[in-house]
Amino acid sequence: MAPFDIAIVSVFLMASPVILAPCCAKSRGLTIYLSFAVTAAASLAAVAAGILAVHYGTNTSAIVQMGLPDLPFHLRLDPLAGFFLCVIGLLSLFVSIYSIGYVKGFSPSRPIVRFVVFYALFIVGMLLVVLADDAFFFLVAWELMAASSYFLVMYEDEKAENRRSAYLYLVIAHVGAIAILLSFGVMAGLANGFESFQGYTFDSMRATTYPVGWATAAFLLSFFGFAAKAGVIPLHVWLPEAHPVAPSNISALMSGVMLKTSIYGIVRITFDFLKFFPWWWGGIVLVLGLISAVLGVLYALMQHDLKRLLAYHSVENIGIILIGLGLSMIFTSFQFPVLAALALIAALYHTLNHAMFKGLLFMGAGAVLHATHERNMEEMGGLIHRMPWTSVFFLVGCVSIAALPPFNGFVSEWLTFQAFLLSPALQRPILNLLIPLGAALLALTGALAAACFVKAFGVTFLGHWRGHQSIQRVHEVGWHMRTGMMLAAVTCFALGIFPTIVINWMDVLPERLVGGRIAASAGAYGWMWLTPYARERASYSGFNVFIGIMLVVFVVWLLLHARKKAVHRVPIWDCGFEKINARMQYTATSFSMPIRRIFGFFFHIREESQAVEPIRHPAYPEKLQYRLRVRDRFWNWLYKPIGEGAFFIARKIGNLQQGRIQVYLIYSLVTIIVLLVFLG
Amino acid sequence: MTTSFAAQVNSIMAALILLTAFGLLVQRRILGLLHLFAWQGLFLCLSTAIVGYVTGVHHLFISSILTLTLKVIVLPYILYALIEKLHIKKEIETLVNIPATMLIGIALVIFSYHLTAPITQLSTLVTRSTLAVALATVMLGLLMMVTRRHAVTQIIGFLALENGLFFAATSATYGMPMVVELGVALDILIAAFIFGIFFFHINTTFDSLDVEQMAKLKEED
Repeated sequence: MAPFDIAIVSVFLMASPVILAPCCAKSRGLTIYLSFAVTAAASLAAVAAGILAVHYGTNTSAIVQMGLPDLPFHLRLDPLAGFFLCVIGLLSLFVSIYSIGYVKGFSPSRPIVRFVVFYALFIVGMLLVVLADDAFFFLVAWELMAASSYFLVMYEDEKAENRRSAYLYLVIAHVGAIAILLSFGVMAGLANGFESFQGYTFDSMRATTYPVGWATAAFLLSFFGFAAKAGVIPLHVWLPEAHPVAPSNISALMSGVMLKTSIYGIVRITFDFLKFFPWWWGGIVLVLGLISAVLGVLYALMQHDLKRLLAYHSVENIGIILIGLGLSMIFTSFQFPVLAALALIAALYHTLNHAMFKGLLFMGAGAVLHATHERNMEEMGGLIHRMPWTSVFFLVGCVSIAALPPFNGFVSEWLTFQAFLLSPALQRPILNLLIPLGAALLALTGALAAACFVKAFGVTFLGHWRGHQSIQRVHEVGWHMRTGMMLAAVTCFALGIFPTIVINWMDVLPERLVGGRIAASAGAYGWMWLTPYARERASYSGFNVFIGIMLVVFVVWLLLHARKKAVHRVPIWDCGFEKINARMQYTATSFSMPIRRIFGFFFHIREESQAVEPIRHPAYPEKLQYRLRVRDRFWNWLYKPIGEGAFFIARKIGNLQQGRIQVYLIYSLVTIIVLLVFLG
Repeated sequence: MTTSFAAQVNSIMAALILLTAFGLLVQRRILGLLHLFAWQGLFLCLSTAIVGYVTGVHHLFISSILTLTLKVIVLPYILYALIEKLHIKKEIETLVNIPATMLIGIALVIFSYHLTAPITQLSTLVTRSTLAVALATVMLGLLMMVTRRHAVTQIIGFLALENGLFFAATSATYGMPMVVELGVALDILIAAFIFGIFFFHINTTFDSLDVEQMAKLKEED
């Protein structure tokens, strides 16, 4: 079967739970097993189609006689679509397996058919977004994805907080969709004149050369639209609201792959349709990427809600991907195809990696939530003893996202650094300033991300249990959820060990998009050594690092165990206190305190401590009450003024409406007279 | 009857229609309004008949008869029955005082003449001089709706406005096609029924036919 046919089969299979689930709604277990097994199989087919499409560099398209009369839907599978098909399929495979266990844990009173139906539609929407080959179908798929994910975020709709978050998400998604629609309008109009609709196919947009002014308009509109979906700062406010309240498997999919569809959109429009662009487009993308990366990780550090923390990290990682894209655009406009290919590979590789580790982390957070019914990290601790498997997988995710070798996050961030470091002197002084600064900020981001995940993992899994309920009721999650997480963890590991193979596989993408390729130099020294440019400049071998780490672990283990003495556990040294208890631990808030002090101006901090005075003497308070609220400044700076301005204008316009018939009639009379005067 | 004589007669009819339109603006009592409206319909009917006779466009006779039945007999009768039923005979107050309304009305008439001057110069129809009056009647009807606060007077204003439109059609193009005119006549009839139902509901809801009361329906902020 050709890759395109496999992709179509996958879409149909993915859509089948929409019919299957209501049919077997009588049996809850059957619905769950059948639906998620089918979506897993469909995801597997999508992965296969994606891998083959990229491998063979296929370019198949088809026309489906659906939609409006004379405006049929176009489908196309090219390597770029194949790559994203692969990303979407891979994560939805893992999440589907995980979901079997996770959805079974929902309380029995919750209807699950609608969850399953929207889950399937959501993934179908994402698959069709990348397969679509005309503006009309793209937007239909885009809206399918947005609407079904809205219902999934709303799934636990009995809480007002969830409804509010979902609404915020929907509003921002639609503001973005309007911008995307306008951008397509500009391109379609220039492709085939504003009188006919035939410019709506991507083929005609691809074949057109655009004047710079209109191209810039199209780019800025589409970038705004996709940035709203991707959560680029300052359009990120919906992410930390929607991700925590969505069910965890949905957060994993939304953060892991749905955000990536906007990366797909940016790459598609910029490199495939517009093709020739001035360097400052890349500059904009780079700067916004840097802002998102640094601020995203800083805001993440301040969170103690595990899922909210992860949501802010999605902002950070989208920033890192945009840094790669921005560099690639800059290098393309200065005619450095090989460097552009390197930066593009870095960005796309990070897209794949982020999908894997963020999916893994959200699944881990879901497992913790499932076991403890708690999202607040301050109420956790010591979970490593109760949930050994989950903690190992979560640790893999943490190490990956913190960009530490030998896992995958390191490879893609390292490639991004290589793109920074290899960049030659460009003709624009501002870029020569920006690029080293960008490299420094990226390094800062990496360091802060590492700090953040030391906190996330340490506070959640290490130490003692801080919760109010007994830890005895916390148990390891079932094998479905563990399998899902394990597969994602293994993929993270494999992507970190075999980057050369992956780069060799995806080398066709930069070749088609920016006209350069790096596989020949990247894999020049065999699969073990990744040498993106030349061996003298930089090389990395994930495998050797892994072997080295294993050696150290082995040696340490030998040193501990070879002395024929059993290792025995004793109480922790209590520094002279009589008894050490769980409340004396480092908390998430205290851990992030130094960073909160240093970067305080980025946050809206309200901190108050109050001595609750005892009966005896004010000098010896028995209790201290400490309250801390850290919020992101953008809400007050950007969204509140806009919202208030809109209400102000609406009230002013509302005054037109007096409720008196005479006033309305005067409006008609005046309108008639004015029209007669000016047009008569 | 020669064409020029017909044009003269038609102009007199136009003048009378304009006069009744001003009459509608100033009349305070509701029965008086009804009478004036019936007179306006009669003049309109005569004017249409004259134009039809002179130009030989015979379907204008049918229009004329329709006008006579509907606007001189049926509609005034329906409104009269309504007024009787709802016991509203008292004087009705206007929003703007009457001299001011008159002044605005005069300004609107001058405006209409100014506006139709270029059309009148180009046209060769017998009725060309009456176009300005027709437009003025439309404006005065609208003005009446704006300045009155009683629902029945607003309906009369609306019907006067429709008279103006009809007159404009006759004077600008010797009438609309037959089908359209029949349709419009039917619409007017149906509108009258709907108004009747609305009056009834407004009256039962607010215990008055003063449309000012409907401002209560507006949502408070």
